[in-house]
Amino acid sequence: MGVSVADAAPSSPELLKQSGQREVFCGLTSIVWLHRRMPDAFFLVVGSRTCAHLVQSAAGVMIFAEPRFGTAILGERDLAGLADANEELDRLVRDLLERRPEIRTLFLVGSCPSEVIKLDLSRAAERLTSQFNGRVRVLNYSGSGIETTFTQGEDNALLALMPLMPSSNESQLLIVGTLADAVEDRFVSLFAKMGIEAVRSLPPRRSTELPAVGKGTKILLAQPFLSGTSRALVSRGAELINAPYPFGVEGSRDWMAAAAAAFGVDPARVAEVLDPLVERGRRALAPHRQVLEGKRLFLMPDSQMEIPLARFLSRECGMELVEVGTPYLDRQLMAQELALLPSGTQVSEGQDVERQLERVRAARPDLVVCGLGLANPLEAEGIATKWSIELVFSPIHGCDQAGDLAELFARPLRRRQLLTFS
Amino acid sequence: MELTLWTYEGPPHVGAMRIAASMEGVHYVLHAPQGDTYADLLFTMIERRDRRPPVTYTTFQARDLGGDTAELVQRTIADAVQRFQPEALLVGESCTAELIQDQPGALAAGMDLGGIPMVSLDLPAYSKKENWGAAETFYQLVRTLLKAQVPPPGTPKPSPQRCQQEGRRPRVNLLGPTLLGFRCRDDVKEITALLQEHGIDVAVVAPLGARPADLVRLPEADANVCLYPEVADSVCSWLERSFGLPVVRTVPIGISATEAFLKEITTLLGIAGADGAISNGGAAPGLPATAASASRLPWYSRSVDSTYLTGKRVFIFGDATHAVAAARIASKELGFEVVGLGSYSREQAREVRAAAKELGLEALITDDYLAVEKAMADAAPELVLGTQMERHSAKRLGVPCAVISTPLHVQDVPARYAPQMGWEGANVIFDSWVHPLMMGLEEHLIGMFRHDFEFVDGHRSHLGDGAPSMTPAADPVHQGHGALPGLTTSAPEPALATAPASAGAATATATLEAPPSDALELRWSPDGEAELHKIPFFVRSKVRRNTETFARERGIALIDAETLYDAKAHLSH
Repeated sequence: MGVSVADAAPSSPELLKQSGQREVFCGLTSIVWLHRRMPDAFFLVVGSRTCAHLVQSAAGVMIFAEPRFGTAILGERDLAGLADANEELDRLVRDLLERRPEIRTLFLVGSCPSEVIKLDLSRAAERLTSQFNGRVRVLNYSGSGIETTFTQGEDNALLALMPLMPSSNESQLLIVGTLADAVEDRFVSLFAKMGIEAVRSLPPRRSTELPAVGKGTKILLAQPFLSGTSRALVSRGAELINAPYPFGVEGSRDWMAAAAAAFGVDPARVAEVLDPLVERGRRALAPHRQVLEGKRLFLMPDSQMEIPLARFLSRECGMELVEVGTPYLDRQLMAQELALLPSGTQVSEGQDVERQLERVRAARPDLVVCGLGLANPLEAEGIATKWSIELVFSPIHGCDQAGDLAELFARPLRRRQLLTFS
Repeated sequence: MELTLWTYEGPPHVGAMRIAASMEGVHYVLHAPQGDTYADLLFTMIERRDRRPPVTYTTFQARDLGGDTAELVQRTIADAVQRFQPEALLVGESCTAELIQDQPGALAAGMDLGGIPMVSLDLPAYSKKENWGAAETFYQLVRTLLKAQVPPPGTPKPSPQRCQQEGRRPRVNLLGPTLLGFRCRDDVKEITALLQEHGIDVAVVAPLGARPADLVRLPEADANVCLYPEVADSVCSWLERSFGLPVVRTVPIGISATEAFLKEITTLLGIAGADGAISNGGAAPGLPATAASASRLPWYSRSVDSTYLTGKRVFIFGDATHAVAAARIASKELGFEVVGLGSYSREQAREVRAAAKELGLEALITDDYLAVEKAMADAAPELVLGTQMERHSAKRLGVPCAVISTPLHVQDVPARYAPQMGWEGANVIFDSWVHPLMMGLEEHLIGMFRHDFEFVDGHRSHLGDGAPSMTPAADPVHQGHGALPGLTTSAPEPALATAPASAGAATATATLEAPPSDALELRWSPDGEAELHKIPFFVRSKVRRNTETFARERGIALIDAETLYDAKAHLSH
C-alpha cells in the first residue's frame, strides 16, 4: 500500500456554505434500500400523496405487487382532528398487518406533513406495539424533508432500532450502514481470515436479529452518513474506529486495516490478506483510470457520499476536483476523508442550486455527479453526468468493487467517445 | 387516511408543474420543503427533457418554521422573477406548505412583480390529485390572462361560422396537451395535419408549447377542441360561458371517433358537405376524406389474418378518455370482447360508467391498483390495455399488455412518431395492441414445439422471466416477497415453455393455476390434467375454469379427460 491515511498531508479545504433551493431527495427515499436489506420489515410513511409519489418515483419501477413500503395518506379529516388521525392510523396498521403476517417490524416513518401537524408517531408506535403484543414491533423515525436529507433517513431508521439492541460487553466488530448482502459476506469472510470472528451488522438482515452493543463493541462505519447512529452507539459504550470509508482500493484497504488494528491483528497478517486484494483491485481500476485521469469532476450535493467518492476519484483515478458538494458536513465523521483530499479542494455544504449550476457552467467540468433532475439538462448543455442515485443502489464497497465503482464514472465519458452522428 | 402502495396520480401541484413545464415563459414558485424537487425527474427522465421544469422551490426546513417562512417565500419569488423574467408567474404550495398557511399567493399579490401576471394557485393537496391540479392551473391561468377581455353579459355570441363572412379559413384551438400526458406531442401534430387537410387552421395549441401571449389569443378562434378533457374541460367550459366559444368534445381516438370528430367540427364551422358528409373544406382534391383510405386499421382489421383477433378477451383500465376510447376501438373496430373496463379518473367516472354499461359491464372506478389487478385476474383476459401499473400486473399474471394511458414510463415516450389520435393514431393502435397478441401466439408455438429436439433449452418467454401461465386467482399477497427481493425481481419460475413435460412440472403449474377451493373439493385426474395441458396456454385457464364450473354444477369431484370434453361439448352449445 503506497499511500495510507497516516502518510496524507493534512489539508484544510475551504468550505463554501450555501443555502437556497436544494435539488436533493428527502430522507423517505432511504426506504428504497432499507426495505430490501430487512425483508421482514415494512416501512409505512405517514404523510401525503406527495410522499407516496416521491417514494414511487425514486424507486423507479414497480416490480412488486405489494412492496414492503407504503404511505398512509393523510386526508382532510385526519387534519381536522388528531384524535381521529390516531384512530385511523391504528385501523390502517391493523389491516396492513393482517394482510402481511410475515412482517415482524413496522416502521412508522414521519414525513413533512406529519411533523408539521405534530402527529405523535412515537406514542402511536408504543400504542401499536402493545396492541400487537410482541408479534410485531412498531418503531418510528422521521424521514421528513424538513429534517432529513436523502441518506439521513437511514441514520434515523437505525437510531430507531437502537433501543431494541441488547447490551453486551462481548468483543465484536459492528459494521454500521446498509451494504449489499454479497459485499457484507465478503467483508465478513475477509475479517475472519484476519482472525476477527465476531462481526455483526447494523441494520441486520432480519429486523428481529439485532446485534448487541456495549463496551466490547468496536464500530466501523460502512456509510458516511450515520452521524446520529454512531454517536448513539458510542454513548452505549462502543468505540468508533476512525477510518476512511470503504470506497476504492485504498479506502477499503484502510477501512479494513483500521478495524484489524483496533483488534490488534498482526500487520503482517493484514498485509497477507489484503495485499492480493489491493493488487487485483488496482488491476481492475487501471483501464478506467485511463479514461478518468486528468478529467475535471464536479460533485453536486446529494447522498453525503460525495467526499469519500471525490477522494477515491482524485487519488485512485487521477481526476481533478472542481467542487465537492455535500448536503451537510459532519467534520468528525469526515475527518479522515477531508485529510485525504488534495490541498485546497473546494468543498461546499448545502445548496443554492441555481448558483451552483452557474459555477458548473463557468467551470465546464468533464463530469458532473448529480441527481436525476439535473442530469439530462446538463447533458443537453454538453456536460457529461453521472447519476448519483445509482451509487446508493449498487454494490460499490470494497476492494473487489473498486473497478466497478470507477467504471460507473468512466462509462459516461466512454460513451461520449463512442457516439458519432456525422 | 388511506393506504397507498403505488399511485396512479401525483399530488395536485405536480399537475400544476405539468402546465408550467409544458408552456414557454411561465414560471412556478412552489412553497415546498426539501425533497419535493423529486418531481423534476419526472420531466427530465420520463420525458427526457433537456431542461429543468421552470419551478423554483422555497426549500424550507424545520428550523425555518419557528422563524419567518413568509419572508423566505417573498425572497424566493423576487429572486425567481429576477432570474427567469417570466411572462406569467404561478405561485403555489405543496402539501406541507398548505399546513403552515403562509399563503404565498397573497404574499406575491402584495409584491411589486413589475406587472407580470401572477396566478395564485389554491390546490388542496389533501383532497385533490394531479389531473385535477393540472386542469385547475390551466383554468386559473387562462382566466387570469383573459378576464379583462371577457365581454359584458348579454353580448351576442360570435358565430363559429363567421370565417365565411370574414373571408378566411376557420381556425380552432387545440386544448389540453401537456408533458407527461399520453402521446400528446404526436397527437397535436396528427390533429393539426388532419384539420389542415380539411381546411381548418390551428390557432393556438395549449398548454403544450404555448406562451402566455398565446393564451391571450384564445378567444380569436372559432371554436375550441377539447383534446384531453382531464386537463382542458374546465378551460373549455369557461371559454364557452365567457366568450361564447363552442367546444368540440369528441376525442378523435379510433376510426369512428375520428370520423365523428371531423363531422362535429366541420358541421360546427359550417364547412361540411350538404349531406353532412365530410368535405375537404376547399383543400386540394385527392386528399383522403374517408377513413377507409386514410387509415390502414379498417382493412387490417378486416383482412383474414386478423380473424384470430375475434373475441379476444381484453381488460381495459386507464384515464377516462383513453379507457373509453380503447373500449370502443376494441369492441367495434378490432372485434375483441371487452371483459373489464375501468378508470382512476373519478372526475370523468360518468363517461366510463356509460361506456361500460353499453358493453354490459360494470365500470371499475378506483385508484387502488390491487383492486384493478384482482379484477384483471378475475376477468381472465388475453390482452390488457392499461397504464404502466397494469403493465406490471399483467406481467405478473403472464398476460400480454399494451400501454394506453398515463401514468407512463420512459418507454411510453417513444422516439418515433406514434400518435394515438387521428388516422395515423389508429394505425399505431392496431400495431401496438395486436403485436403483443401475436407474441402470445408465438408463445403458443414455442409451447407446441417444446418437445422437438431442435428446441433450445433456454428459450424464454417474451413476457419476462418466469411469467407464469395465467393465474385466474392470482394472489398478489404472495408475489414479490418471501424470498429476499432484489431489484431484479423474485426468484424466476421456469417459464411454461421451457418447463420439462414431466408430471411433476405439470402438477406444479396446475397448483399455480388452481382457483381458490370451493365447497366441493375438485381434483384433476392425471389424464384430465394431461389433456388440459394440450390446450394452448392462453385459453387454458379459461377452459380450466369452465370445466370446473361444469363439474361443480354436476357434483363431479374428479375431473378426467372425459369431463373436460363433456364440458367442452356442453359449452359449445
